[in-house]
Amino acid sequence: MFKRLAEKGPAIAITVDGKTVNAHAGDTVAAALLAAGIDHCRTTPVTGAPRAPYCLMGVCFDCLVTVDGVGSRQGCLIPVREGMKVETQLGRREAGR
Amino acid sequence: MTAAADLASSYELVVIGGGPAGLAAASLAARAGVSTALFDENPGVGGQIYRAITSTPVKDRAVLGEDYWDGAALADEAKASGALIVNGATVWSLDRQRLVGVSIGGKARVIEAGRVIIATGSQERPFPIPGWTLPGVMTVGAAQTVLKAQGLVVCERTVLAGSGPLLWLLAAQTLRAGGKIDAILDTTPRRNWLQAAVHLPDFALSPYFAKGLALLREVRARVPVHRVDRIEAVGADRVREVVFSSAGGTRRLPVDLLLLHQGVVPNVNLANAAGVTHVWNDRQLCFVPVLDADFGSSVPGIAVAGDGAGIAGGTAAAERGRIAAIAAVRALKPDAVVPDTQAIRQRLQREEMGRAFLDWLNRPADGFRMPEGETIACRCEEVTAQQVRETARMGCEGPNQMKAFLRCGMGPCQGRLCGLTVTELIAEERKATPDEVGYYRLRPPVKPITLAELASLPISEAERKAVER
Repeated sequence: MFKRLAEKGPAIAITVDGKTVNAHAGDTVAAALLAAGIDHCRTTPVTGAPRAPYCLMGVCFDCLVTVDGVGSRQGCLIPVREGMKVETQLGRREAGR
Repeated sequence: MTAAADLASSYELVVIGGGPAGLAAASLAARAGVSTALFDENPGVGGQIYRAITSTPVKDRAVLGEDYWDGAALADEAKASGALIVNGATVWSLDRQRLVGVSIGGKARVIEAGRVIIATGSQERPFPIPGWTLPGVMTVGAAQTVLKAQGLVVCERTVLAGSGPLLWLLAAQTLRAGGKIDAILDTTPRRNWLQAAVHLPDFALSPYFAKGLALLREVRARVPVHRVDRIEAVGADRVREVVFSSAGGTRRLPVDLLLLHQGVVPNVNLANAAGVTHVWNDRQLCFVPVLDADFGSSVPGIAVAGDGAGIAGGTAAAERGRIAAIAAVRALKPDAVVPDTQAIRQRLQREEMGRAFLDWLNRPADGFRMPEGETIACRCEEVTAQQVRETARMGCEGPNQMKAFLRCGMGPCQGRLCGLTVTELIAEERKATPDEVGYYRLRPPVKPITLAELASLPISEAERKAVER
């Protein structure tokens, strides 16, 4: 959906669900996912529908991902860091568990 | 980098948000000798309009345009002012006593503020059409954010839909950056001209008139524009097609990316949670805080500046920030030297001139604000328009009661993307005004924080003893 105008900024390697993704300095987690063509970052807790970043300005919370083991982080507000472990959030919530 | 532990326990002025209003306010106050801290949750200052102004990889100044680069002066001025500016700082609480809860790098602190200026700006208005939750459907603002901050430009098949200045600006910026746009679906109702036309003379005198016309010409020369009154995003796992209708019939276009926009509205969450009184603004179709001439709110010591005070644009936001800061300085340090507000108010008036025309012209049609049927109103809890309408017809009187019935507004976005829709749907069903129906009663934390962040709050020996048995 998006391409980089120029490959500027040092490359930064992060992993997304265990696979290496090359990001760039200045990327947020959500921008790195979009640039890498990753089509969704979570499924919803109600119906399990796929969601991808929507507003990229900290408002919609659709870019929620697990970052270095902490769940439901806003990917659009977190700059990438070398070796960062990003995981997509899957699964409907189990009400009443 | 400032860490939570580096913060003082109190500042004379705390500014929340690092866009034009926040930067201008913090600069002015700090230079007047007021101890000032500015907290902003983004990686860098600039807010949305000047996003990544200090770090953008887009170096060709023509792509983003000179109005964007105006932000550099504000950022430089703030940096040189002596104000403490902290990015990556999320304010999750503000109360009537002006205690500010903030998290930086996973550590939380509660800071006392003599005065507070909320400069949390605006957000894009919800655009609830069928399929708006599908991957591949994003906002125009989102595409502009990654263009400014990461130098990402749309590729593959892209359609823009909606109304308002930002849509045309992003279209022009995308074309200048070498991106292609397959079509623009213009949702501006033709009848809006009836109410807008009387304000045209004022708009013709405003700086936005010539700029706006030039933008329209630049984009229309290269992108087909269709006037539409219905839009649907279609696809199973992601958007595959956009279906749109007008008087001339229904058409479909294959798309990889559909970008939506129908104006911006104040981001009310923090002010609302702090107890600031808001009223419905019928021209801008949103809730705005009740403010005095210095942007002081109904809560003593708390001001709301910038687009959070009602939409007026980035240059006006900076002037509003200055006026709010002067009031704060005068209250904190009556002897300090501050600029003359008269000149600032005149500049603000000039900026706000013509706003009525833009507001009336781009007022979104009812059908794009108050959806029907299975269209999702609350994205987080996946509550449909029909559910909200039926529950309102059953007797549910307002958004807060609606939470108990349907959970709308109770997901992670805390009502940011459904609040206006739910209020207007209830108002329509109950034949009441949005003011009568009201808005969600928001409570801190207004941004999610972890238990570990809360546990990191410093506690005194007395506080520890108070709960020990």
